[in-house]
Amino acid sequence: MNLAKILRTTAMAAAFAAMAGAAQAATELTFYYPIAVGGAVTKIIDGMTADFEKANPDIKIKPVYAGSYQDTITKIMTAVKGGDAPQLAVALSTDMFTLIDEDAIVPFDEMAKTDADKAWMKSFYPGFMANSQTPAKAGGMTTWGIPFQRSTIVLYWNKEMFKEAGLDPEVPPKTWAEMTAMATKLTKRDASGNVTQWGVQIPSSGFPYWLFQGLTTPNDAMLMNAAGTETYFDKPGVIEALQYWVDLSRKEKVHPPGIVEWGTTPKDFFEKKVAIIWTTTGNLTNVKDNAKFPFGVGMLPANKRLGSPTGGGNFYVFKKASPEQRAAALRFIEWMTSPERAAAWSIATGYVAVSPAAWETPAMKAYVKDFAAPLVARDQLQYAVAELSTHDNQRVTKALNDGLQAALTGAKSPADAMKDAQREADRILKDYR
Amino acid sequence: MTRLGGENRLSFSLETLGAWLLGLLWLAPLLYAVWTAFHPGEYATNFVLTAPLTLQNFVAAWNAAPFATYFVNTMVLVSFILIGQLVLSTLAAFAFARFAFSGRDLLFYLVLIQLMITPDVLAVENYRTMYALGLVDTITAIGLPYIASAFGIFLLRQTFKTVPRELEDAARVEGCGTLGVLWRVYVPLARPTYIAYGLVSVSFHWNNFLWPLIITNSVSTRPLTVGLSVFSSTDQGIDWSVITAATLMTSAPLLVGFLLFQRQFVQSFMRAGIR
Amino acid sequence: MLTGRRNAFLAWLLVLPASVLLVVFTHYPVIGTAWHSFMSTPRGRRPARFVGLENYQTMLADPIFWKAFYNNLIYAAGTIPLSVALALAMAVLVSSRIPGRGLLRMAYFTPTVLPMIAVANIWLFFYTPGYGLLDQFLALFGLGGTNWLGSPDTALWCVIVVSIWKEAGFFMIFYLAALQQIPPDLREAAAIEGSGRWYFFRRVTLPLLMPTTLFITINAVINAFRLVDHIFILTRGGPDNATSVLLFYIYEIGFKFWDEGLASAMTIVLLAVLAATAIAQFVFAEKRVHYQ
Repeated sequence: MNLAKILRTTAMAAAFAAMAGAAQAATELTFYYPIAVGGAVTKIIDGMTADFEKANPDIKIKPVYAGSYQDTITKIMTAVKGGDAPQLAVALSTDMFTLIDEDAIVPFDEMAKTDADKAWMKSFYPGFMANSQTPAKAGGMTTWGIPFQRSTIVLYWNKEMFKEAGLDPEVPPKTWAEMTAMATKLTKRDASGNVTQWGVQIPSSGFPYWLFQGLTTPNDAMLMNAAGTETYFDKPGVIEALQYWVDLSRKEKVHPPGIVEWGTTPKDFFEKKVAIIWTTTGNLTNVKDNAKFPFGVGMLPANKRLGSPTGGGNFYVFKKASPEQRAAALRFIEWMTSPERAAAWSIATGYVAVSPAAWETPAMKAYVKDFAAPLVARDQLQYAVAELSTHDNQRVTKALNDGLQAALTGAKSPADAMKDAQREADRILKDYR
Repeated sequence: MTRLGGENRLSFSLETLGAWLLGLLWLAPLLYAVWTAFHPGEYATNFVLTAPLTLQNFVAAWNAAPFATYFVNTMVLVSFILIGQLVLSTLAAFAFARFAFSGRDLLFYLVLIQLMITPDVLAVENYRTMYALGLVDTITAIGLPYIASAFGIFLLRQTFKTVPRELEDAARVEGCGTLGVLWRVYVPLARPTYIAYGLVSVSFHWNNFLWPLIITNSVSTRPLTVGLSVFSSTDQGIDWSVITAATLMTSAPLLVGFLLFQRQFVQSFMRAGIR
Repeated sequence: MLTGRRNAFLAWLLVLPASVLLVVFTHYPVIGTAWHSFMSTPRGRRPARFVGLENYQTMLADPIFWKAFYNNLIYAAGTIPLSVALALAMAVLVSSRIPGRGLLRMAYFTPTVLPMIAVANIWLFFYTPGYGLLDQFLALFGLGGTNWLGSPDTALWCVIVVSIWKEAGFFMIFYLAALQQIPPDLREAAAIEGSGRWYFFRRVTLPLLMPTTLFITINAVINAFRLVDHIFILTRGGPDNATSVLLFYIYEIGFKFWDEGLASAMTIVLLAVLAATAIAQFVFAEKRVHYQ
């Protein structure tokens, strides 16, 4: 793909549109966005929209910070029901089915008219597009979202602890068997048998299903179909993956027992209570700033294959928008996801840059020269799959979360827990089949 | 008074010790918050007396979320509720205390239902109402369900009933109408009750969370409690230093007010509790 | 009393604003909830329709509802007696001649003015396994780390402890007020008769405090079904719904799944519990507490 050419055409198209639009009144867009990472994200977004307006004087963007992801989708749904939807929003990629069911959003295929637009839609990592498309009736895929603030799961390890345990500090576990073996060496107990240092921990509060996908994907098991109408929670590959997770704590005793809190996991790592943690790439900056020891960032270990789910937010355009507004929104999204912007956004926030071209920009190259960790996330993307998302998403997700927590706390066997979760998911999804 | 014997003295010391242990336990979260908020992150979990002091956590918290807006929202909300409650409760309480009219007792019992069924329990239906009124995501919507307060009406009615008749009669001789009597005689005499009720109301609504969480979803309407919960549940996990700083910041006005006017606070709550 | 037709009219005018708001936000919602509990939830372009008892059937067939209900009973049974007993103990302690009682009273009362949502974050630290305050303290006695909030056996109790901490000092105030109203000559008389402190407390103070105890207990019951703020921070209802209580589950159903029909049916259960409390209060309080 000749990217430079695409960029040039996009820029020219934008320039023409700008000239054509200058005569008319400015097109106004309301843009809802969430913040899920610390730091002054509001200022970055405001800065980016201001730059865009400078380059496109015929478009006015009104960015509205809507809160957490949960707040944002709530705000959107309320607004849609009240006929007052924004034209443009960033919401979770997994909110796609919710928005489709509410008949709220426009597919990008309808808006992308020029070849440049179409090429742009193909410029993202396929791993990120998996959560942005549904199978179209006429064959092929319909694109509902454009990746923007996206993340994936990676593992972080404490190099000092590896050295102390006689492991090579530069080599993270590559397979499940290796992770168990390393974690066993990394788990320390005091004289009375109390654990003072855990080998590995995978958080299981809040959204355990996402971390669980870091186990099912390497085990070559899928949790749902692309249409979001079927789940496969009780398939052997899924149960096996859960068995591995449960065994880490209950059999091997190298992983803390019970539910591991997502929010305190980075702190556990900083406090040297655990040698290996699984968490989002969004924590890179946090770990870089707060770990008082050398650490490494690695891909999730493989079993049958490599793999990890993606996560985070997509751009959506709403049906409410007029044709002019849709065109303006498209132009804004193309601008926000252009390689330079994507690179700058990634460096500022820690999100994974969404297109291969972004990694080729001078700014990104300079950034990863000093700090190579983001490259791990990028390289893992080729193995990445969609985050669990179905119709009536929150409910189906809760069914799985409850099942996972029941198995991890020993209340149910992995097989029983997954069978119960599947039964509940079937009950919820039967209306959509 | 009885003199303390040897055994009594022992039991008295034990009591004192127990009381203070309990007190320490009750203060522990606040003490921890103060410790953590004023020290760098690495001292959040270990308590070394030589740890350096810093205000950096407050700066970080203040910059990370629009707390200034949240503060304004909470202030507006609390004042709106309090003023509404005082006016409506005064009028209703006066009617219940001083007027004989048919249906009064039934009406009063209907009012008292709210003591039992608080607005948070009815969130699903109240959300529907606010939606119909076009008030979702407004400060008005947070406050409206609380403006008519059974507790306030009840409390003021009790107080109004204790006002001596002679005072009312004297005012009437001087030419006051019924509302004039309310304003010149009853309201001034009920001042302690107003203060008591005001403090209870302000601290309740400053800290209220569930209904504001449900009915708001933007920065411009969200009160401090909801803002704080959004702030502390990012994907990046918990940074206690910054969160405790934010916690202290958000509770500071109430807390400082409480520490300065402790006696009035406690007495107000006591007065509000007497039936 | 002001009587007569004109005054009656004025009285109705005075109660009107408060009554309207109460009707709209308290009385109507009770009826509206009942009505909507028989309706399906509108989705997309499908409007709500009458479905009879379907929501109730779904509710009764939902194991999580039963779990939340059961958890709520434990939550109530855990918080009510302990917070009331502690409140009484605190009130008695700070109204005795204990050194530093002013400071103590402040210590006990402080949780009342702190936002629950904020202190829950601090409690989250206390409960953190390994280096959390509780585990650091227990480590002094050679006890290992415990995953307090992450284990279904302990999580609900952790939530209960936070509620007790939050409530006891508030309830103490009511006891303090009541204790001040006990005539001092009673105590003097008892002292002259030579009865011990404990005897006096049991035979005189406690019975005199009965109306207060009843009042506080009723409030504690209401709070046991209402106070869920800290669950949002501490556990979000987990692990596997071990700390989900009725109102929290209603929130999830109503505002995360947007299933208003089912949420209405569950609200009716909650209202029934509160109504039962009200009736119990009425029966017990017959002679002791008068609203008039």
